[in-house]
Amino acid sequence: MDKTKKQEQTSTHKIGIYLWIWGLLFVLSFFSYMVDWYQFQGMLRWSLILFFMFLKAGLIMAFFMHLYWERYALVNVLLWPMTAIACFIFLMVAEFEYTVFTRFFYFVVGG
Amino acid sequence: MSDIKIEGYEFKPGFKGMAKDTGSDQTMFKGVHWGKAMMWIFLLSDTFIFSCFLISYMKGRGSTIIDWPNPSEVFGLHVFGVDVPLLLIAIMTFVLITSSGTMALAVKYGYEKNKKMCGWLILATAIGGLTFVGMQAFEWGKLIHEGVRPWENPFGAPQFGSFFFMITGFHGTHVSIGVIFLFIYAYKTFAGHYDEGKRGWFTTMKGDYVEIEILGLYWHFVDLVWVFIFAFFYLW
Repeated sequence: MDKTKKQEQTSTHKIGIYLWIWGLLFVLSFFSYMVDWYQFQGMLRWSLILFFMFLKAGLIMAFFMHLYWERYALVNVLLWPMTAIACFIFLMVAEFEYTVFTRFFYFVVGG
Repeated sequence: MSDIKIEGYEFKPGFKGMAKDTGSDQTMFKGVHWGKAMMWIFLLSDTFIFSCFLISYMKGRGSTIIDWPNPSEVFGLHVFGVDVPLLLIAIMTFVLITSSGTMALAVKYGYEKNKKMCGWLILATAIGGLTFVGMQAFEWGKLIHEGVRPWENPFGAPQFGSFFFMITGFHGTHVSIGVIFLFIYAYKTFAGHYDEGKRGWFTTMKGDYVEIEILGLYWHFVDLVWVFIFAFFYLW
């Protein structure tokens, strides 16, 4: 590439930010393990699991995978398709609720 | 990381920058190495594969009327006379996060053209991945020994085995492939292929430290998938 087209300017970030994220991931993993250790049940368990999961996933994607510093053109191409997954989850929740309902129904009523 | 200037199109944050990039009648991901963009597209498709596995697991677990095996007990270990729930899985999680951290640092040192640090950190990442696969093999062996099969298990709903082997097996395959590439890239780093711009095997692309970042993306993705498997399969 000629010089006018591309000015090489690769940025590196301070080591501190990586160590911070690393430490945070350890702490969050420890917390999610503690959810199981103390045997939280029901809504509290599920919301804590999801909370720590999304926090960890967000930290990994934003800083380890550099999405926080990436161009929005790329970030948006990557993140919008995820809504399709959310739709799929929604559909399949309706599906398994229907399946388990019919199973219970015919166990009680009989074929 | 993609703040290379192309023909006056400087990095502009947010949606304004996105509009400028997409409406520029030029390449859209400015300054993003094509290999990196392709790795991201691959990871996106891989995300869909793992999502389908986890969603089918959700559907299977949600629609069975037999009790699901309690993962806290099934994956518990008996050490020094006490039962510790999920011990092995917790250690595996920490090992994978450690290897993810070393990989992130390897990418950083790669961009600083610090060959030695970069190489050693990639090697450390590879060893972390190898440890993870080893522990997973141990876990599989333990469960198979206890009678868990894809079609039956002594703990509860018979679907448990098939989802377990499918999901962790697919993830383990990803880790194993990653480990192989980590060792290759560690060699290439130490051999200086990225400093002298040596070409790869199947490509005319000149070696560059951006390849370490691309490899890093794959490795962090493997860690990312584990975050979801850990939450949904082991903790839920």
